[in-house]
Amino acid sequence: MSKITMVEAVNLALDHAMESDPDVVMLGEDIGVNGGVFRATQGLKDKYGFKRVMDTPLAETLIAGISIGMAAQGLKPVAEIQFMGFIFPTMEQLICHAARMRNRTRGRLSCPMVLRAPFGGGIHAPEHHSESTEALLAHIPGLRVVIPSSPVRAYGLLRSAINEPDPVIFLEPKRIYRASKQEVDHKTPLLPLDKCFTLKQGQDVTLVSWGASVKETMEAASTLEQHGVSAEVIDVATIKPLDMETILTSVQKTGRCVIVHEACKSFGAGAEIAASLAEQALTFLKAPVERVTGFDTIMPYYRMEDHYLPSPDDIMKAALKTLSFH
Amino acid sequence: MEQKELNPIPIYQYLDAEGEVIERLPGWTEDKDILLGYYRHMVLGRQADAKAVALQRTGQMGTYPSCLGQEAISTVTCALMKKEDVLVPYYRDHPGLMVRGIPLSDILLYWGGDERGSSGDHWGKDFPNCVPIATQACHAAGVAAALKIRQDSGIAVCALGDGATSKGDFLEALNLAGAWQLPVVFVINNNQWAISVPRRIQSGAPTLAQKGVSAGLPSYQVDGNDVIALHEVINEAIDRARSGKGATVIEAISYRLGDHTTADDASRYRSSDELQQAWGKEPIKRLRTFLHHRGYWDEQQEQALIKEVSLQIEQEVQTYLNTPLPPVKDLFDYHYANMPSALKQQKQEAELRAAGGQSHE
Ligand SMILES: Cc1ncc(C[n+]2csc(CCOP(=O)(O)OP(=O)(O)O)c2C)c(N)n1
Repeated sequence: MSKITMVEAVNLALDHAMESDPDVVMLGEDIGVNGGVFRATQGLKDKYGFKRVMDTPLAETLIAGISIGMAAQGLKPVAEIQFMGFIFPTMEQLICHAARMRNRTRGRLSCPMVLRAPFGGGIHAPEHHSESTEALLAHIPGLRVVIPSSPVRAYGLLRSAINEPDPVIFLEPKRIYRASKQEVDHKTPLLPLDKCFTLKQGQDVTLVSWGASVKETMEAASTLEQHGVSAEVIDVATIKPLDMETILTSVQKTGRCVIVHEACKSFGAGAEIAASLAEQALTFLKAPVERVTGFDTIMPYYRMEDHYLPSPDDIMKAALKTLSFH
Repeated sequence: MEQKELNPIPIYQYLDAEGEVIERLPGWTEDKDILLGYYRHMVLGRQADAKAVALQRTGQMGTYPSCLGQEAISTVTCALMKKEDVLVPYYRDHPGLMVRGIPLSDILLYWGGDERGSSGDHWGKDFPNCVPIATQACHAAGVAAALKIRQDSGIAVCALGDGATSKGDFLEALNLAGAWQLPVVFVINNNQWAISVPRRIQSGAPTLAQKGVSAGLPSYQVDGNDVIALHEVINEAIDRARSGKGATVIEAISYRLGDHTTADDASRYRSSDELQQAWGKEPIKRLRTFLHHRGYWDEQQEQALIKEVSLQIEQEVQTYLNTPLPPVKDLFDYHYANMPSALKQQKQEAELRAAGGQSHE
């Protein structure tokens, strides 16, 4: 078995999905001959042809809109939006149609589509290429918003997303596209959607994160370990719908929680988790829930992006703050 | 230098406003059943429409968009489609939906605020009504792409209004249909108004059809109150799509004789003179006069048809009015094929609330 990066795992998942189901088709800008600007679709056009790996005109509304039309006909389109900064023209189609096709026709038509987009900061990209706007999508009933944090999870979650009979927004944290390698192949298991993954067991504090921030969160956890603090780390993975059970079970054990995300602080997915903890775990909490997040500012251009992204040190300090609360 | 008016698009018309033949008629018009079929459906469409407005006015239905004046476009379009084709309609296509086999009770149910109006098996793969303007043009292109990829035999047909042609979705869909040679027909119902905004403010283009030209598509204008012209143009477009020759854009010129919806008052923004003139061109009277001239129709048949149609409408209205409310669980059951556990909890809460129990302690 060979070790591959996350973007290679995405490619492998797409390949295996197309291999196993002739109804799976792919579409997007530059995904054919070029294999996608991040190479996520590399080689697939040669293998499956232009009929199944379609270069579209440069039109994001259209990409989402035709995916809906295709999905309602029984195809399983996997569409790529080149960067999440260009996902906004798809929002009307996603919110007004994809998310509600099943409901508005009482199940007669549905929308088994996946919309993939690289997102998040940290790769010195131009303006509009670094934001984390996942909460915008997570607010919409009928959608799923899935964010992998490793090659194994990218593979397992993307395969499941493609199998899912409803629309899934699959956001790929591009900062970790090539950050690490894991063994992934045909036998790598598909992973459940709507489930959090506990990456590390611990007793003293629960660290909750998703996407690229999982990397810094894990680093913080191991530093804490050296200071004698045992942190439990949860990768939320599907932020909509949210698996609060796993998070609650952990916080009931540790009594403390730090939520880490790259996105702006206000109205983010972290706020949702914190509110649910307040509703359902207040009596277990030994300290206020902490959030380590981006600021409520526009994501700065790359010279300053490190000041925006939460660091392992920020996370560790927040964890220690919850531990010193009396 | 005076600018020459640019009209690169031919306009098709066979019957003038008085129902007189102004162009050599195509052979199929010898088959009176086709013409009578159109006439019956248009009469049904108009009576049903009037009933729907009345139901809204008496508080028995929600806001409703009337199709008064543009019955011909929708009727002919849908009559020329096959069952396996996919209709991606717009919100004034009630007569066409009925031609497609959708019972009036479903249409009333939808506008009466019940999702089940778009759910029955008789809908096949046709799309439900689309409220966000022009977004359905992309769905139609997607449907057409899927039909082509799977080598299915059907085509897609997309209806929209003149205002919708201003939106990016429409232009993006046309552009793709041209680039990918998709089996789709776009039918623009140019009824001259987008709520209070007249056609001339919508676009500086002399015709809306010519927007298809930039996408490389054959594009036509047709008198949308003339069923013979509509039949000719739409049939050709459908044939073209069916035989793999790609998409067509049709601008059918008509007039919205009613208010925009039952919540609108068109007298605020358009003159009664203009409306009066438009009544002189409407499609049903025009066809009836023609049928009379040809000896295909008489007053007795007219009376019998009116009676038959009102009976049918009355039954459908009763079906609609007698449809009980769906259970509260329906709010939840169709959002996801696999219901997330958080939603299961909310469903229980809603059922408890509906039963009058305490949901929040
Ligand atoms: C995206 C969007 N913007 C605004 C509206 C509100 N609206 C509903 S109908 C309408 C006018 C549409 O005009 P047209 O396309 O010409 O169709 P018509 O109603 O005249 O048949 C508007 C502005 C809407 N439904 N969707």
